[in-house]
Amino acid sequence: MKNKNLGYFTNGLINENPVLRLVLGTCPTLAVTTAAINGIGMGLAATAVLVCSNAAISLLRNIIPDKVRIPAFITIIAGFVSVVQMLVKAFAPSIDKSLGIYLPLIVVNCIILARAEMFASKNPVLPSILDGLGMGIGFTATITLMGAIREILGAGTVFSLPVTSQFISPMIIFLLPPGGFFIFGILVAVSNALAKRKGKDIVMHLGCENCPSRGACNLKDTPESCDEKIIKEATVNE
Amino acid sequence: MNSLTAIASLLLAGILTNNMVLAKFLGICPFLGVSKKVNTALSMSIAVTLVMVISTAVTYPIYKYILSPKYEYLETVVFILVIAAIVQLIEIFLKKFIKPIYNALGIYLPLITTNCAVLGITMLNITNELSYVESLFNALAAGLGFMLAMLLFSGVRERLETAEIPEFLKGLPITLISASLVSLSFLGFAGIGG
Repeated sequence: MKNKNLGYFTNGLINENPVLRLVLGTCPTLAVTTAAINGIGMGLAATAVLVCSNAAISLLRNIIPDKVRIPAFITIIAGFVSVVQMLVKAFAPSIDKSLGIYLPLIVVNCIILARAEMFASKNPVLPSILDGLGMGIGFTATITLMGAIREILGAGTVFSLPVTSQFISPMIIFLLPPGGFFIFGILVAVSNALAKRKGKDIVMHLGCENCPSRGACNLKDTPESCDEKIIKEATVNE
Repeated sequence: MNSLTAIASLLLAGILTNNMVLAKFLGICPFLGVSKKVNTALSMSIAVTLVMVISTAVTYPIYKYILSPKYEYLETVVFILVIAAIVQLIEIFLKKFIKPIYNALGIYLPLITTNCAVLGITMLNITNELSYVESLFNALAAGLGFMLAMLLFSGVRERLETAEIPEFLKGLPITLISASLVSLSFLGFAGIGG
């Protein structure tokens, strides 16, 4: 039993790493990773929301009617996001400033809604909390790593401590949007290569499991990409 | 006259320099998920633009006259629920009254409910302290910017289908790297329109 609980926790760290394996929460991953410290701030804020919302949704899983579950989940998540937002504003105003609009946007972070829908609404409280914690830590670790890489290349520092800025002139492009897409692409390629070596599938596209609107959509649960399904559906309509 | 130039610069910024997807990273999911064919990309972005403008039209007065100044902390909760309801209403309305548009855009609407670009633009309008008219134009510009990015990117992806891709970049990585190049090209607009 204990091992099983541990499994719920470690699942989100590597095997189902939310950023590199499930490709959830791409917007904050790309937007806030201009510095390692932002990664930690964003990651911890999202982890707090994820653990709380997973716990609350798991407790309410038998009460929430299936038809209105998505709005119900969103309301619960938005409540916790507002709490976290006020806490960050009060105790870490500098992080609030650097995360800006992306802090309230945790509410539409795919990771949280996806875990609510795929895990918390079907499992008891303890596994849901552990799942939230594992996913949250996996998210935090990955975006902090990405933030650190972009910070070293783009500013020559890590956590604002000078590393290479003395002898290599920093490449600012890595702090700009193109650098974000590029580094994320390389990280996914590396994670794909590792997964392939272990005989797992590589990530080909963003699928339904990554989509925050999955619950509202009637095209879900097929392995094709969104595009292919929509094209198919559109031709049927005609 | 002044307000006209303000609106023109909002439009320029929203479409080119401050592009929703390529500069602010909002709406990445549809950008990477629904951009394989030019047609679907176009329909998706029309639906997003429509929802953005209508959501702004509704959330702005709610914030100004109901939430402000006492209940500002409810912004997140109220906005996301209002947007989800608006998307549902638009869907029902189109289905009942304008069938051809529903047939063209109906599949995309549910995908937009929890799109961060829509919530993002309604909140940015408040944070940037724009007036009502400016907010509407800002939402329109953001939608058009989203459309431009989607169309350009779907063109790139159609080419990628037949390109020879290095083994380790196959799948999502090459999509992200092409997005990086498209985003790089938008850096060239920096400085236009102030």
